[in-house]
Amino acid sequence: MDINVIPDLLGKKSALKYAGNCGSKADSFPNMRHKNGSFPVSSKAPTGIQGFDQITGGGLPRGRTTLLIGGPGSGKTLFALRFLVQGAAEDGEPGIFVAFEETAQRLVANAAVFGWNLPRLQPRRLFFVDAQPSPDLVQSGEFDLGGMLAALGAQIKAMGARRIVFDAIDLVLDLLPDPAARRREVYRLHQWLLDEGMTGIITVKADGHEGRSGHQAPISFMQFMVDCAVILNHGVTLGVSQRNLRVLKYRGSDFNENEAPFVIGQRGFDVAIARAQVETDLSVSQERVSSGVKRLDTMLGGGYYRGASVLITGFPGTAKTTLSGAFAEAACRRGERTAFFTFDSDGAEVTRNLASVSIRLERYVKKGLLRMVSARTMTGSAESLLVQIKTIAREHRARCVVIDPVSTLAKAGNELTAASVAERLIDWSKTAGTTLVCTSLLDEIDGHANGGASLQISTIADTWIHLNYLVQAGERNRGLSIIKSRGTAHSNQVRELILSDAGVTLADIYTSGGEVLMGTLRWEKESAERLAHEGARVAARLKRINLDAEEAVLRVRAKSLQTELLAKQVEKSLLARTSRSLKGELSRGRSRIQELREGDFGQPGPKGIRR
Amino acid sequence: MKRGVRFKFRLYVAGNAPNSLQAVANLGALCRTHLPDQFEIEVVDVLREPKRALSDGVFMTPMLLPLEPLPSRRIVGTLSRADQILMALGLEAVAA
Repeated sequence: MDINVIPDLLGKKSALKYAGNCGSKADSFPNMRHKNGSFPVSSKAPTGIQGFDQITGGGLPRGRTTLLIGGPGSGKTLFALRFLVQGAAEDGEPGIFVAFEETAQRLVANAAVFGWNLPRLQPRRLFFVDAQPSPDLVQSGEFDLGGMLAALGAQIKAMGARRIVFDAIDLVLDLLPDPAARRREVYRLHQWLLDEGMTGIITVKADGHEGRSGHQAPISFMQFMVDCAVILNHGVTLGVSQRNLRVLKYRGSDFNENEAPFVIGQRGFDVAIARAQVETDLSVSQERVSSGVKRLDTMLGGGYYRGASVLITGFPGTAKTTLSGAFAEAACRRGERTAFFTFDSDGAEVTRNLASVSIRLERYVKKGLLRMVSARTMTGSAESLLVQIKTIAREHRARCVVIDPVSTLAKAGNELTAASVAERLIDWSKTAGTTLVCTSLLDEIDGHANGGASLQISTIADTWIHLNYLVQAGERNRGLSIIKSRGTAHSNQVRELILSDAGVTLADIYTSGGEVLMGTLRWEKESAERLAHEGARVAARLKRINLDAEEAVLRVRAKSLQTELLAKQVEKSLLARTSRSLKGELSRGRSRIQELREGDFGQPGPKGIRR
Repeated sequence: MKRGVRFKFRLYVAGNAPNSLQAVANLGALCRTHLPDQFEIEVVDVLREPKRALSDGVFMTPMLLPLEPLPSRRIVGTLSRADQILMALGLEAVAA
């Protein structure tokens, strides 16, 4: 008989309560620990899931345990893995993933889909432990998790791990014969985590709805025990998949208690936050950006505000896309990165169609400045569409975003959530300082001017431009009016929107006899006016010539009269002179007579002559 | 390895936890009764050799790994029921 017992095994360490509960581990991080062995609650470990970190004000409680509850395919593993990647890659906190369900190999492969390069982090900063219980494991009598915890303790020490994930702990707990044993092991695990000072996530399955974990006593027990509990839900509303996340509890911290939709997208895990609680003061810009149509800029007093949300509503075919295309082109011309989401048609189609009205976008697409996103292929709830839009815009570092049409969001599933989606969309664009142009389709039957009723976007948009048709004299013409534009003086005039291969222009419309004239009628009116104007011009000229002639006649007459006057004057002076010389002659004659009649008169003559 | 040894076992234990001590005792008794002179047991303490536990994929203690004649199903627990163990090892005949 031969039993090779390792010496000293049974003699020592009799004081150990739980395996792995070794004091030495705590000593290796003396300055990172609190006196009582736990971290202050305010310290939080970011998960790298943006929305979640905002909901919880920074992440999971550092040095404490978080319970992640969710049904199959609800994203528990992904959430937990993201948390470790964040620690290992960004925060200098190496982590261990204890995989009870999936093999490490598969996890790494799955993570690669989201662009996480796990092999780069392995094994020094991220360590996987394959702990899938073998299916043919024979149970005979009591056992516990002490061995695992001891082994992990050594690994933690070796790599200086700060974070740990136990994925699908329920698989192991199910092996335990009775609820008491399960409870004991859960307690052991929790205590071990606290003693190690690890920030831990334990994920457990819950079937379907939250709180319906009746037979899973350890889970409800765990909910009371841990410092933070998060529930992940994956449901279907009106045939559309909808994922929700809710923080159930978070000791010592405030958190957003509402359900927050989230999306598992191309880059992993994205939580939509209902309301950004932190950002209070947005930096408001005075800068104006061109709408791409000169006269529209004039109508708006210089263009849209940077960071504003613009809503363009109208019936099908009222050139909503064209107007938003003009905006995109103007943005690209300024050198601003722009994302154009088109839900109606393919991106390439839009580019081609817009080229017909001289809005040339291809070159900007080629340059990489403009990203056309054919969103027709996007599926999912309004929430997930929003997240996808946000993700793409962020990736593209877009300063201007066009969504054509935003009314698609309302159609994607739940109306309840769709309303808040629009709000969130605008919230987001404001926070990011993105100038957002959305078009919204109006149903002809619905009547007009209730811009995206179910989205209720019209009330929160900064500028609302409405396009409509005017059918008149067998024609359909496009009219543009600005319904509102916050903070900008704007024209109250309806303008005719003219699309031609020369581009997009606006024209004044004519009102005659209370009727609005557009299109051909406007042209007729215009040409009639042109003719009238021409006539008036000719008449004026004629008049002038006539007047000139009359003036000339008068001048001539004035001249001849003057000459006549002169002649008369000459005649008059001649007359005067003649009469004077006659007088002289007479007096001279009288003196001569007196001379001749000498001595006849006693008195000198002249006195007698004066009469 | 001595002549005549047909059965090799590796038993993982966690220090002197009660269930670990029970397992060591139970395995010893079982082997002495049913496999006299043809067994070899290696007891590994995960507290001392945690790396071995990790590499062997041992996450519960106590755990028995039958290595020879053929690596077979692992047995977890205090090994309190001899008939169960023998069946798992394919030794029903011995038990009978």
